[in-house]
Amino acid sequence: MAKNTPQPKQNEAVSRRDFLALGAGALGLIGLLQTGGMALQFLAPRRVDGEFGGVVAVGPAESFPPGSVTEFPDGRFFLARAADGGFLAVSRRCTHLGCAVSWHAADGQFACPCHGSHFDLIGDVQNPPAPRALDTYPITVSDGALMVDTAKAQQRDSFAPEQLVYV
Amino acid sequence: MSWLNAMIDRLRYRSAPPPEDRSRMRAVANNIVLHLHPTRVPAPALRFSRTWGLGGISALLSVLLIITGVLLMFRYDASIERAYPAVQAMETVIPFGSLLRGIHHWAGNLLMITVVLHMVRVFAAGGFRGERRMNWVVGLGMLVLVLTFNFTGYLLPWDQLAFWAITVGTGLLTYVPLVGQMVSDFLLGGPEVGQSALRNFYALHVALLPVVLIFGLSYHFWRVRKDGGVTIPPQSEQVVRLTTIPHLVTAELGVALITLAGLLIFAMAVPAPLEALANAAHPPNPAKAAWYFLGVQELLLHMHPLAALALAAIGLLGLAVLPLWDRDSSDEGVYFRSPTGRMAGLLGAALAIVLTPLLVLVDELWLDLPALLAPTSTLISNGLLPLLLTLGGLAGIYAGLRRGLRARHSEALVGLFSFVMVALVVLTAVGIWFRGPNMALVWPF
Ligand code: HEM
Ligand code: FES
Repeated sequence: MAKNTPQPKQNEAVSRRDFLALGAGALGLIGLLQTGGMALQFLAPRRVDGEFGGVVAVGPAESFPPGSVTEFPDGRFFLARAADGGFLAVSRRCTHLGCAVSWHAADGQFACPCHGSHFDLIGDVQNPPAPRALDTYPITVSDGALMVDTAKAQQRDSFAPEQLVYV
Repeated sequence: MSWLNAMIDRLRYRSAPPPEDRSRMRAVANNIVLHLHPTRVPAPALRFSRTWGLGGISALLSVLLIITGVLLMFRYDASIERAYPAVQAMETVIPFGSLLRGIHHWAGNLLMITVVLHMVRVFAAGGFRGERRMNWVVGLGMLVLVLTFNFTGYLLPWDQLAFWAITVGTGLLTYVPLVGQMVSDFLLGGPEVGQSALRNFYALHVALLPVVLIFGLSYHFWRVRKDGGVTIPPQSEQVVRLTTIPHLVTAELGVALITLAGLLIFAMAVPAPLEALANAAHPPNPAKAAWYFLGVQELLLHMHPLAALALAAIGLLGLAVLPLWDRDSSDEGVYFRSPTGRMAGLLGAALAIVLTPLLVLVDELWLDLPALLAPTSTLISNGLLPLLLTLGGLAGIYAGLRRGLRARHSEALVGLFSFVMVALVVLTAVGIWFRGPNMALVWPF
């Protein structure tokens, strides 16, 4: 009996049994991490091409008079043209909690019904609680026609003249 | 009708109805539903004012929600084209569809109330100390679970109310530092509330959350028994222990029947609301969150989202660490600890009733901190400053109760707890009834 039982050797830092247990534990942990990673990738947000998020052609610059705001519901943005002729594609998503703002031509303001934020034509906050100006989308010009890329909204604290795009 | 009684008894007890105590106790131990109960209960724990039946009502509502929810699933489609028509059909053509939907809707809302009241009751009785601290935290988890249930269910009818409440709710999430944007993206499955969001919320509401609820509740009940049952004050003389049948079971049955009858009548009189089809371009004015979030939404009108979230997180954390914060078990089971504790609670509530509306009015009409401190960032003037002022006020109330009433730590905590809870109720009431178009203050009557 005693002869066959492996005697733990004093100078061994890790016994064979501990080593195997540790290895099995480590394998188990790796397996768990892999499963978790798989689940996360499986559940990751699915973005569908062609929906909101593509490039929207808004037409020739002349059709938007200076000082006007035109809504593009499918693109979730407003095309605003400042008095000096510069363009800005202003996102419809309120920077407070994400309600849709609407343009009130009479007051010259974007108003959010949810918590009462107001923004001026170029998207600057006129009335909190919104913490920053409305997001914008990049505008590109080709042959005098404007294209708005709605893939990624650009955040900004407030309006700066270089945000305007001129034809 | 004795044959009917005999038949029901056969179903309930397998063999004959238990004639005397010993076999009655065995019947409890042998029955799957009954065996959640102990076989005998101390008489003081059976007093209705010990629990107000709140935990039991919550459990009953949970079961009712699962049954009605499964029925609704047979008629519902989690697609943005078909969800709204499906719910409309329930309201108009499907027999008893409107009633079923009403029961599910109002049971969910009532559960929100009974779970919070249950928590208040456990707090007041000091049932969160010692052995019971684990179950207090589990209970708090159940409260958050009930909130999550309601939040995910809110989107499913796909009407205006649903769409904008979830838009605002997930918008709030994005302010949580580091993980907020990720969690919001994950829940919505995209940049805005759409098909992916509806599918995700549906899967959570009908599959994942119910499983967590069933396991959570089972554990919660099991712990109640392990921890020696409901908290009762130390007794001077030997307590009588009564058998669960009939003393506890009859009381439970009575409460259950009254709850069911009340809920049924209410659901018949007031159908669950259904507004116009969701329209992503036009939020209704005012666009409010679900009523149980309106307290937090009201805070949002007064401070930076980060500050409002921090305040809510601090409140929840305070509840979670309560068993460590208040370990003085000398007054276990005595409601509000002592006459001093009761006084502290009353003062806290009175202060909240006066102070909260006053602060809302002052901030709305006269005080404009961001404009007053113009060059400083709104994160400080509208965020950090109101947050610190609120926390300072709470500390002041605690200190005032300690000094003014000579209250012990645990008695002063009763005052603090009562102030916070009543303030939350007042804020919620302001959000529900006193906010009109553009979230301006209005007089509702
Ligand atoms: C779905 C939600 C919940 C259900 C169905 C439920 C159910 C119950 C039931 C039936 C009891 C037995 C005694 C009684 O009726 O009071 C109980 C006890 C208890 N509950 Fe809950 N509960 C829920 C949520 C909560 C919450 C939110 C808390 C607190 C944060 C909590 C903490 C406790 C504690 C500590 C006990 C121990 C017994 C005592 O000291 O009286 N539970 N619960
Ligand atoms: S979401 Fe626009 S003001 Fe709150």
